[in-house]
Amino acid sequence: MNHDPLILPRRRLLAGTALAGASLALPGALRQALAQAPLTVGVIYVGPRGDFGYNQAQAAAAAALKKLPGVKVVEEENVPETAAVQKTMEAMINQDKATLIFPTSFGYFDPHMLKMAEKYPKVRFAHCGGMWTAGKHPLNTGSYFGYIDECQYLAGVVAGFTSKTKKLGFIAAKPIPQVLRNINAFTMGARSVDPGITTRVIFTGEWSMPVKEAEAATSLIDQGVDVLTSHVDSPKVIIETAEKRGVFSSGYHASQAALAPKGYLTGAEWDWATPYAAQVKAAQTGAAMPNFLRGGLKDGYVKMSPYGAAVGEPARKKADEIKAAMMKGGYAIFKGALKDNKGNTVVAAGKSLDQFDAELEKMNYLVEGVIGSIPG
Amino acid sequence: MSSIAVAATTAPPSMAGERLRAFGLAVAPAAVALLMTVLLFSTAVALAGYDAFAVWGLIYAGGFGDAFAWQNTLQRAAPLILTGLAVALPAQAGRVIIGAEGALVLGGLAAAALGAALASASPLLVWPAMALAGALAGGLWIAIAGALRAKREVNETISSLLLSFIAIALFNQCVETVLRDPASLNKPSTKPLPEALMLPAMPGLDVHWGLGVGVAVAVAAWVVMRFTPLGLALKVAGGNPRTALGVGLPVGLLTIGACAAGGACAGLAGAVEVAAVHGAANASLIAGYGYSGILIAFAARFSPIGVVPVAVLVGGIAASGSLLQRRLELPDASVTVLLGFAFVALIGCETLRGRQFWRARG
Repeated sequence: MNHDPLILPRRRLLAGTALAGASLALPGALRQALAQAPLTVGVIYVGPRGDFGYNQAQAAAAAALKKLPGVKVVEEENVPETAAVQKTMEAMINQDKATLIFPTSFGYFDPHMLKMAEKYPKVRFAHCGGMWTAGKHPLNTGSYFGYIDECQYLAGVVAGFTSKTKKLGFIAAKPIPQVLRNINAFTMGARSVDPGITTRVIFTGEWSMPVKEAEAATSLIDQGVDVLTSHVDSPKVIIETAEKRGVFSSGYHASQAALAPKGYLTGAEWDWATPYAAQVKAAQTGAAMPNFLRGGLKDGYVKMSPYGAAVGEPARKKADEIKAAMMKGGYAIFKGALKDNKGNTVVAAGKSLDQFDAELEKMNYLVEGVIGSIPG
Repeated sequence: MSSIAVAATTAPPSMAGERLRAFGLAVAPAAVALLMTVLLFSTAVALAGYDAFAVWGLIYAGGFGDAFAWQNTLQRAAPLILTGLAVALPAQAGRVIIGAEGALVLGGLAAAALGAALASASPLLVWPAMALAGALAGGLWIAIAGALRAKREVNETISSLLLSFIAIALFNQCVETVLRDPASLNKPSTKPLPEALMLPAMPGLDVHWGLGVGVAVAVAAWVVMRFTPLGLALKVAGGNPRTALGVGLPVGLLTIGACAAGGACAGLAGAVEVAAVHGAANASLIAGYGYSGILIAFAARFSPIGVVPVAVLVGGIAASGSLLQRRLELPDASVTVLLGFAFVALIGCETLRGRQFWRARG
């Protein structure tokens, strides 16, 4: 469209203005222009925003965006991965004039977001999950994701120090690479403390199935498990069940500390405010869209829940020590010789996989010490 | 038989006043239900501290206010027409089927598997084949519930719901194992359809073919029910199976057939979702359309044609729910509350239809 050349300089001008915004001497006309043309950001959730889990972690970042100058946030929750999400994206673009959209559920990417990105090439789409591939996907789309297995490893260390029965429990949704990586990292963290520790895993088959999750939690506790963690959309019912039964728990996605004041040890949390802010900044300045954003603890993409009261001094000390090494960078969780729980070597001796190694994205095994198997 | 139907519905011209009165009696419950819904929802909204007028304004704007809103509404309504028919068609034979969700996912799975297998064939061959595969899979599945009813007196409402759970488990098992595309790492899916086989939107509209197919099936069902001996036979079998048996109607066959027709609609909905939206079968297909269809069919009083406007209304409310969340930060549940009020009011007023209460005011 012919007015496009005007938009970019204006955005740059606005960004410059925003930088100077701290000064009170902002000319009235410019201040008005800034107020009139905020960047409208749309955030779409697959479940409820207050789910104590996946969606809450995204909503916390959206809330942080609302505090930035010149940013207006519109949100919609409980949007299924169907044509409905395509219409929600279009509605945000048409009705709210959104120019940056965060469709946060994994299943929104293909085909929904890609279809909308093709239809609206001027709008930026930032997806959570890490599917973006250079040359294959449009430049107005991008992925952000974090190496949360670092936090799961640290949570495993804490669990390893705390467990008395030496039996840990992991309730997982589906046996996909991201989930397997978390189960393995948690188990390896615990076994770095005591190689006698085992993790029992139960796959529920669904991302959100509270009844099955509660049943799995009860069953694991009955088997003698005394630390429970999970990878499901909302760990709420699992943490509550653990607290009620008097065992320890470790969180995921967001902090569930409020649900288990006695037994909550720590948790692996996302810190999505970091990639959200990077995307907003690029959009405001008119810079090219960052298409592939990845990071771990060091980069501020993931964080640990503060230690709970039940975490002893040796556990804190050891976990902090490893965390400091991770913050320095170059810390490898998956390194040889590593065996799966069937006795096969999955990482050869002397080999060390960087966190961003593509091999880790295809993980299809459970490491030694995990009791359970990949269904199917 | 068709002459009987015509005679029953054509009133003599001298009774024009009586017809008007009858029409008034027919629409009165719906009008009262609508009024009740407006009052109840406005009260709820006001009690929650929102401006009820602003909310109604946004509901209109989001669902029906402009061309974009209408396409949004129709797109959301498209799968619901077919799943509404999945309940309304068995109801013609007096059967209450609530397992359309399972038939939908199996239809989608069959269509996706067939479409991926025929990847290099012409779309004009593949689309009908996918539709047929979807309809067959869904139809056969719900026919089981019909057969259990006809042969063993098993309650079809319960059996269809249980069959739906089995269907979803089967679907997940197939998608995650035998039919899984090895390239689908973190979201198990069947092999994707090639771009050339994706079903385009309906001409001139940004709405998929579920709408056209749904309306066509609804009209066909209406024609069958109103103008054919089969329709009359279904009505008799549904109204009073004993009488139907007494006059020699094949009640068992009619039951199974009506259930199969309903299941075929749900399976077809699944096939359209795969061909027009998802391009593969995966867990996103389990979106609850089958369950929404139950409400829609009940609200439409099981009229196949009535399913269409009710589905459009539900689609419109879903579209406006999207706008309400973004503009007023109303919770997602608010439009569910609105739908709940609407359905309770409709069904509540419906039970009063034809009673003295209405006649006194007629």
